[in-house]
Amino acid sequence: MKKNMKKNRRKLLRKRKPNRSIGGDIGIYILLILFGAFFALPLVYSICTAFKPLDEIYIFPPKFYVKNPTMDNFADLFNIMGQSFVPFSRYIFNSVFMTAAGTFGNVIFCSMGAYVLSKYNFPGGKAFFAMVQTALMFSVYVTQIPNYLIMTKLGWIDTYLSIIIPAFATPMGLFLMKQFMEGIPDALIEAAKIDGAKEGRIFVRIVMPMVKPAWLTLIIFSVIAIWNNRAATFIYSEELKTLPYALQQLILGGVSRAGVGAAVTLFMMIVPIAIFLMCEGNVIETMASSGIKD
Amino acid sequence: MSSVMAKYMTIQKRKFKHGWKVAKQSRICYLFLLPYALLFTLFTVAPVCMSIYYSFTYYNVLEPARFIGLTNYINLILADDVFLISVKNTFLLAAITGPIGYIMSFLFAWFINELPRLLRAIMVLIFYAPTISGQVYMVWALLFSGDSYGYVNAWLMQFGIIDEPVLWLTDVKYMMGVIIIVVLWMSLGNGFLSFVAGLQGIDESQFEAGYVDGIKNRWQELWYITLPNMKPMLLFGAVMAITQSFGVADVTMVLCGFPSTDYAAETVVSHLIDYGQYRFDMGYASAIATVLFVVMILCNKAVHALLRKVGT
Repeated sequence: MKKNMKKNRRKLLRKRKPNRSIGGDIGIYILLILFGAFFALPLVYSICTAFKPLDEIYIFPPKFYVKNPTMDNFADLFNIMGQSFVPFSRYIFNSVFMTAAGTFGNVIFCSMGAYVLSKYNFPGGKAFFAMVQTALMFSVYVTQIPNYLIMTKLGWIDTYLSIIIPAFATPMGLFLMKQFMEGIPDALIEAAKIDGAKEGRIFVRIVMPMVKPAWLTLIIFSVIAIWNNRAATFIYSEELKTLPYALQQLILGGVSRAGVGAAVTLFMMIVPIAIFLMCEGNVIETMASSGIKD
Repeated sequence: MSSVMAKYMTIQKRKFKHGWKVAKQSRICYLFLLPYALLFTLFTVAPVCMSIYYSFTYYNVLEPARFIGLTNYINLILADDVFLISVKNTFLLAAITGPIGYIMSFLFAWFINELPRLLRAIMVLIFYAPTISGQVYMVWALLFSGDSYGYVNAWLMQFGIIDEPVLWLTDVKYMMGVIIIVVLWMSLGNGFLSFVAGLQGIDESQFEAGYVDGIKNRWQELWYITLPNMKPMLLFGAVMAITQSFGVADVTMVLCGFPSTDYAAETVVSHLIDYGQYRFDMGYASAIATVLFVVMILCNKAVHALLRKVGT
């Protein structure tokens, strides 16, 4: 055991980059621990609260950690869920379906656009990209009404389409993909062209694999945005409503539902965190093994 | 004169013809861009243009918009005291949380990048978690609650630093300070994640070449190798920092109440929400949005100019 540890430590030491000072490394670790605690504190708190019995939630003086952890809040949550008029599985399906479809389209559409904008010089390309970047600056709160009018014209009010289709063309998605694709060496694309590959093939076989960290990151952005979308503006039918909307209705019950509220917060985070871990794990994995050479 | 005109016209014609030829050659480019461009025009450009038009009208959503020229803008600047407070607050927030959040995002992404793999994944999760759930910032309302049940008050009283609870979220003196802390806590968002992904993609051989060429410490490596490689992501992160720091509204509305005491925590966007969603004056709300839009574009231009100097 001890021998193993020693071996590990030696391996770690060998991995250190040659121009790093030990003092600097220690400083960075201390900084990361301090700030990490500050960032994690509210999250730890909300996790603890979700497992607190009601009397501990209102205890004085307030306690940060949970003393007698209980699953009551979750039991209550599932109990209320079971009594709902529309079965909860329906809300879950709605949210999962909209998130999956919206994210898929978002990655494809943004990557296609970003590919030609970053690697080809064609009339209007630069102006279009400038427009996309500028569009990020306009407050979304005032575009809701015009968006509603457009949805009405299209006849998409109260359908899945009103949430899924607009999610395809996010300015942020295209911006992110374009910035990452700029790093791909032009020579690589030229070489593929000389070998007779068409644009579509270059895009699928060369460009997309090389910017894998970028689209994995975009999946995270997209899933979080659509999953937390309450979608209350465009959707009226109870059986088309999303999970966050339905759960929000549950916790409006006041003081007695405080515990359930904490459980809801935690419950809503399960899917985004799972997706995050899957994608981010891959981001860190992919590039460690494959070096891009110019 | 007319001959000059004629010459100018022929030049323009030729330019157009040439442009058309190039455009035809790059047909495949337009084909790739088409799906995105269509949806972007329909769901982003059109609504933005409509909003800008509404800013010159009186529009209460129920009746058709009535054109009133610059009246909204004139009222905004001359007759709206709360707007001035909101501008002051938004500038304060943007000036503090924008740059600090941006630099923090990069530094932490860079520090984390040196950690072993598993630790790295955990740290990224911890720092990004405030963004994962759109709602978690509400716990700050409990931590900073104004009675002695609030955690911060309870702790400070236990240690004898204060005698009676501080009204963190309703006292004009403390509100903005608390808001700044919470906004900074949430600022390691999309820009941060793009930095993490970008740092992974830098070619290792550049660092190896750096050791050989005599890069002495991590700061030199940062300035001469890492930053120049990260330029595209730095730009992305900067735009994210601008949109985040100028767009603060939910946090103040949830924590300090809406409206807050004496409007002391009103931001431009919460002012806009007030008029758009509660007073049904979309024209006025659109005017606020347009002013903010112009300010953010200018800020974006300035930041771009600054970023061009990186690594030189």
